[in-house]
Amino acid sequence: MRQLSRIGLRLLLAAFTLLGAATAAFFALRLVPVDPAFVILGAARGDQVDISPEVLAAVRAEYGLNEPLLVQYGMFMGRLLQGDLGMSYVQQVPVTSLIASQVQPTLALAGLGTLLALVLSLSAAILTAGRRLPSGLASVLELTAASTPVFWLGFLLMLIFAVQLRALPMIDDGSLASLILPAVTIALPTAAPLAQVLRQSLEDVLEQPFITTARARGLSIMTVKLRHALRHAAIPYLTMIGFAFGALLGGAAITETLFSRPGLGRLLIMSVSNQDLPVVIGVVLLSTLAFVLVNTLVDIVYTLVDHRLNEKTAATPGEGAAASPDTRTGTGADAEADMRTGTGTDAERSGA
Amino acid sequence: MSAATTLIGETRGPARRRTGVIGAGAITERIILVACLGLLGLFAVFALWPSLLTWQDPFAADRSLILAPPSLTHPLGTDEIGRDVYTRIVYGTRSTLALGVGAVLISLTLGTVAGLLAGLAPRWVSMIVMRGNDIGAAFPELLLAILIIALFGGGPVNAAIAIGIAGIPYYVRVIRAETLKIRRATFIEAAHGLGLSRTTVLVRHLAPNALRPVVVIATLGLGGATLAGAGLSFLGLGTAPPAPEWGSMLSNARSFLGLGWWAAVFPGLALTLFVASTTIVGRRIQKSLEGRR
Repeated sequence: MRQLSRIGLRLLLAAFTLLGAATAAFFALRLVPVDPAFVILGAARGDQVDISPEVLAAVRAEYGLNEPLLVQYGMFMGRLLQGDLGMSYVQQVPVTSLIASQVQPTLALAGLGTLLALVLSLSAAILTAGRRLPSGLASVLELTAASTPVFWLGFLLMLIFAVQLRALPMIDDGSLASLILPAVTIALPTAAPLAQVLRQSLEDVLEQPFITTARARGLSIMTVKLRHALRHAAIPYLTMIGFAFGALLGGAAITETLFSRPGLGRLLIMSVSNQDLPVVIGVVLLSTLAFVLVNTLVDIVYTLVDHRLNEKTAATPGEGAAASPDTRTGTGADAEADMRTGTGTDAERSGA
Repeated sequence: MSAATTLIGETRGPARRRTGVIGAGAITERIILVACLGLLGLFAVFALWPSLLTWQDPFAADRSLILAPPSLTHPLGTDEIGRDVYTRIVYGTRSTLALGVGAVLISLTLGTVAGLLAGLAPRWVSMIVMRGNDIGAAFPELLLAILIIALFGGGPVNAAIAIGIAGIPYYVRVIRAETLKIRRATFIEAAHGLGLSRTTVLVRHLAPNALRPVVVIATLGLGGATLAGAGLSFLGLGTAPPAPEWGSMLSNARSFLGLGWWAAVFPGLALTLFVASTTIVGRRIQKSLEGRR
């Protein structure tokens, strides 16, 4: 029951956040010192173009720019709820169809990238945790990967595998092989902090007495890690996945530009230079939706994984109302701190 | 140099307490730390006084030496119009780091104010700040920065502001969490019990302690913010060519990757070294602060 209400609360909070994000996007759009009518008519910022007042008025009426702000806001939110993101200023087609035409390559990139990052981080952390030399070595590699700019890493991979070895295509040609380099480029910096945090919390857990008990029962180190330690170390890792997903979305814009791949990131950057604000807002809102969904999912998963969270709320009924959102933000912030610092100690402490 | 000695002093403390003798690990750690501080010092010299360590002009193009490999006169080679890559890295340090430092200062100032407010103000104020913060945090950071640039235009100043704003939610969470923790601490109760006024407790006891993690998150955040800034310049939304900046240098080198790897490799190496150094130093400070608690 407590779990259910917790999940319900999370969903409500997510919906509220998305509503807020959309509202912020709308008002930001209206705050801009650029008259949308000029952009629609093909005149970018600062250009002096003679456009007759009649034409301007017609465009304003067509796009509803003459209505009071609140009415425009209502129209915007109403359309948004129906999945309508408006018309592109520059290309005169619905933003949704522009996005739909570009979503597949980005999904492929982000999907393969996430998969690689998960496999890499899990195996790196589980194999090296608790072993002095491999663990030290891996953390040096992880620090390097986490500090490397996505675009530079992409260059290095291109230089090695496309220019020197000629093993993989450098530029997108639609084949699966041309997806490998971009996916690795995006996966390495994502995997590095994930692995750091997981190993750190695995090592903390491995020092607990119950691990010694399990070992005394004759279980091998690997079994103990997989069956006992992993579950306890999962919380900071899970939180971090949500956070890393956000970095992945940003990284996609850079990686797509770098590898000349089609996709949402390229569409976004192109629209920024074209001043095509509805498309920019559409892409950013869509990414935000994905980001919030992933984070909410992560939260729900860890109420299922970690029963301590539920017990805590049950044990202190007086603080119950405050505790539910607070524990969430608390662990979230701590794990985020770990994401940047690469240590799992804080999150582990607050989880324990 | 005083910062260096303090930090090294700190490394010695916990290591001895734990093992009795300084192990090989602690020594390696100390060497790495000193190397990082040295690198950061070098970058600081690059940024503050670029002509001290290079005698060439970052804009001077030698048409006879297009994409020349590293040599004695051009230690890191030349770029696609014959400019010295090393000199451009040195001169580019200021604009590259300025984006990161500017962004951190913005997130730090606004994030600290909002975080303290959320930690200390009445419940409903805190509620409003935190829900607003959740909305900000809902956007992926780099995309939020790109959105802000799309709305208000590109360029180095706007890029720094955009990254700074996008970073605020994280600072608010950390400062608020710290404030809440310290507000309940015994020494604050004791201060109240001694009859000190609320303002005195806030200014003299609460704020200094709640702000302690600021040093850590700012140092650690500097790396990320600098990466984001160079990323925006790489995308053509930050510092624009021909001004030397590491991100835009990389963007230029992109078309000539097969012809001259040095033009792409070295600016990126400088950026990676800078980010890794700030991270290592930041973690060191964090450890020493935690040890003191």
